Amino acid sequence: MRPAQDTALPPSLAANPRLGAWLRVRPGRVVEGGGEGGGVEGGVVEVWPGKVELGQGVLTALAQIAAEELDVGLGQVRMVPAVTGLSPDEGYTAGSMSIQYSGAALRLVCAEARGRYLAAAAARLGVTEDKLTVGDGQFLAPDGRATSYWELADDGLLDRPATGGYPPKPTSAYRLVGTSVPRLDLPDKLAGRPRYAHDLAPDGLCYGRVVRPPARGATLTDLDQAAALALPGVLAVVRDGSFLGVVAEREEVALRAADRLREGAVWGRRPTLPDAGDLPAFLVSAAAETAVLAEAGQPPAPGRVAAGHEATYHRPYLAHASMGPSTATALASDSDQNGARLRVWSHTQGVYQLRAELARALDLSPDDITVTHVAGAGCYGHNGADDAALDAALLALAVPGRPVQVVWSRADELGWAPFGAAAVVRLAAETDPAGNVLSWRHEIWGNGHSTRPGSAPGTSPVALLAAGHRARGADIEAAAEPPMARGGGAGRNSVPGYAFPAYQVVNHRLLEMPLRTSALRSLGAFVNVFAAESFLDELAAAAGRDPVEYRLSCLADPRARAVVEAAARRSGWDSWAPHKPGEPDESAGHGIGFARYKNTAAYCAVVAEVTAVTEVRVRRLTIAVDAGLIINPDGAANQVEGGAIQAVSWTLKEQVRFDRYGVTSDTWETYPILRFSEVPAVDVELMAGRGNPALGIGETAQGPTAAAIGNAVYDALGVRVRTLPFTEENVVAALPG
Amino acid sequence: MEDERGGAPVTVLVNGQRREVRTEPDTALLYVLRNHLGLKGTRFGCGLGLCGACLVLVDGQAAYSCDLPLWAVRDKAVTTVEGLGTPGRPHPVTRALIAGQAAQCGYCLSGVIIAAAALLGRDADPPEEQVRAALDGNLCRCGAHNRIVRAVLAAAAELRAEPRDRPRPRAMP
Repeated sequence: MRPAQDTALPPSLAANPRLGAWLRVRPGRVVEGGGEGGGVEGGVVEVWPGKVELGQGVLTALAQIAAEELDVGLGQVRMVPAVTGLSPDEGYTAGSMSIQYSGAALRLVCAEARGRYLAAAAARLGVTEDKLTVGDGQFLAPDGRATSYWELADDGLLDRPATGGYPPKPTSAYRLVGTSVPRLDLPDKLAGRPRYAHDLAPDGLCYGRVVRPPARGATLTDLDQAAALALPGVLAVVRDGSFLGVVAEREEVALRAADRLREGAVWGRRPTLPDAGDLPAFLVSAAAETAVLAEAGQPPAPGRVAAGHEATYHRPYLAHASMGPSTATALASDSDQNGARLRVWSHTQGVYQLRAELARALDLSPDDITVTHVAGAGCYGHNGADDAALDAALLALAVPGRPVQVVWSRADELGWAPFGAAAVVRLAAETDPAGNVLSWRHEIWGNGHSTRPGSAPGTSPVALLAAGHRARGADIEAAAEPPMARGGGAGRNSVPGYAFPAYQVVNHRLLEMPLRTSALRSLGAFVNVFAAESFLDELAAAAGRDPVEYRLSCLADPRARAVVEAAARRSGWDSWAPHKPGEPDESAGHGIGFARYKNTAAYCAVVAEVTAVTEVRVRRLTIAVDAGLIINPDGAANQVEGGAIQAVSWTLKEQVRFDRYGVTSDTWETYPILRFSEVPAVDVELMAGRGNPALGIGETAQGPTAAAIGNAVYDALGVRVRTLPFTEENVVAALPG
Repeated sequence: MEDERGGAPVTVLVNGQRREVRTEPDTALLYVLRNHLGLKGTRFGCGLGLCGACLVLVDGQAAYSCDLPLWAVRDKAVTTVEGLGTPGRPHPVTRALIAGQAAQCGYCLSGVIIAAAALLGRDADPPEEQVRAALDGNLCRCGAHNRIVRAVLAAAAELRAEPRDRPRPRAMP
């Protein structure tokens, strides 16, 4: 096969065009033996994706894509964790973009690599390329002679830029993509073998702990460190402004020393946080930058409007609440030894972005720092991973030559990691006599959704927690709003996916950020879809129309219609009865929510069945998703179900609590999440791909699940709860006087 | 008996082996397992016995190792997730979790495996509600709950068919 003409490369391939940056064929060992026994065995293709495993199974899916295009076995692919300086820079692993974009890049790389090796195989065997069959890494000639990737292994073959000129396989030829191969990383993780960043145990490892301020904005005014230093095994106490930490030979000693430092520290405190009792009032009154994110159509002629509607919704701050607190291990070199001056192992979502931010924080060149990805617990967005890396680096610099591991406490993870932004969303609509929408307005108040390293200009304060606590440190800048063309942040999914004749979307981005906010799975889509889909239900109810019929009446996109219809059909929407025989649920209800994530990724409809008196319980979720080409159906279903269950937890239970000084919901008792006995049955239908390209799936269920639950609560109680979470307190507050 | 690293020798019985470590008697068992003995399968989650990531078996009973001082397990048999099976033959719950792909990040699962093994040691045929109740002390953030419950039920069925894998609880003194 000869290269066709160049085609536009996917962005991460255009940015990292060298084929050898993505793939290396590692020769196997030569096996001695006469007759059939000789040859080369055990070679592997190393795949170097820029994306990282976050527990979502992406490396397994990318391995499937690579093995498919190369015609090697899945067992012959080895996924290499991302490391700065070697892996391609693919930005953050975020936004449900890995399969959609990185997968597309890898597919082209592997198709081209296969083409190059095919040509080499043809030359080696003295036949034309079209005579060769390829499978399990072997190139087989018609006369039975064969060679393989491993025998031909030559980095020179891939030391060239991708042309994009080798067409990937048609989906009809797939044998591995589209099948539910088991996750590659699970056997080790489930056997308790060391696979997490928390498990790193390099020689000479010592343990660091950071003592955070007792309040936001508190300053360390006095410190007695004698008691901490008196503990045998304490190596160093590090103080830099209000950043305070300790390094010890043993973890238990680091913990005790941190306790002693806490007792010996005197802090100046002042109230900096808004009144948690009326968070919505703060959100709509704080200084803000107002922008029209989108608008279309003309206001309806006054004579056509039969009714005007308006409703206001609210979500609180939410914690990522990873099961494994953030951690990092760092090693500062103690001599002019070869290699980087600072090495960091982190469960960051972006090794290059973290490296650049560490370089800014520590006044080093990025070339002096190596960041290697090691899996953490699921993060669901920007948690404390990057912050922990600076913590570890600051402590490691105090003990050069010794690797230092920092693990955050649960209190720090729930109290100091970035939060998903609280928001107020006000919806307004004008309808015709049949209840159809003539105009729609969606208005948002709240902080932005990304303070990730690299998301603010390079002159802004370093976006890592400890940087602001150090001497001359500055607070992290209030989160910005990424352009809607990239999916937006607060504005994500605020543009109606329905065929409304006119709409306007307005965002009020807060310019102060009392609690640090950053990306939490689905960003603004969670509250925007909750609000818009709740409001749509309110309009349907006002018109006396069925929620499914009402949605279908204004959904033009056939794929959107198909998921709504599928979820309704599968849940038995039309025949649903709240009072099941032998199950006298007096307050059962069902509701539907729909969205296409980011308006560009996977389509998702959710039907929720709840029981609600004052406590809301979700009994069942029926979900239909159209994500186009599915690489691994079981993995995709797992992601959708997991996202939906997490959204049930957010919707029913979760809320960051705080007083004027700091976050008070810093244990699992004060920040409860859904437990096994509270988890609903979940039924996921993945729609057939029908030749459509892969669409991101990891965050698609968040908003529709919340909306479906809210609509089901209304169906059950006749009460519209517009404030999340649906705790007894908020349900009771919504009951008519 | 102190050196510059501190601590004093203490003997623990872990996964059937007596091991000597050098620490203080009030050190939480978790840090002894993970750092002194290199058994990284037991995980730190909260340090307060509220999430279940650190569960181990102590004389056959599930216990939170993150706030369990070492002196409390003197003369007791500690079993970690590594001690529940062998690399060639993982524990039936582990096998069932892998077979059911009942995980996303996997961080909580060591504790889940311990809790499930303890449950199946008490009750060979628990109904689903009882499995869920038994796992209510284990938090999972990825939403793998339903798959985990199905896997535990599958493991129970397998254990009933092949009782030799079944963990036997020891009598408490």
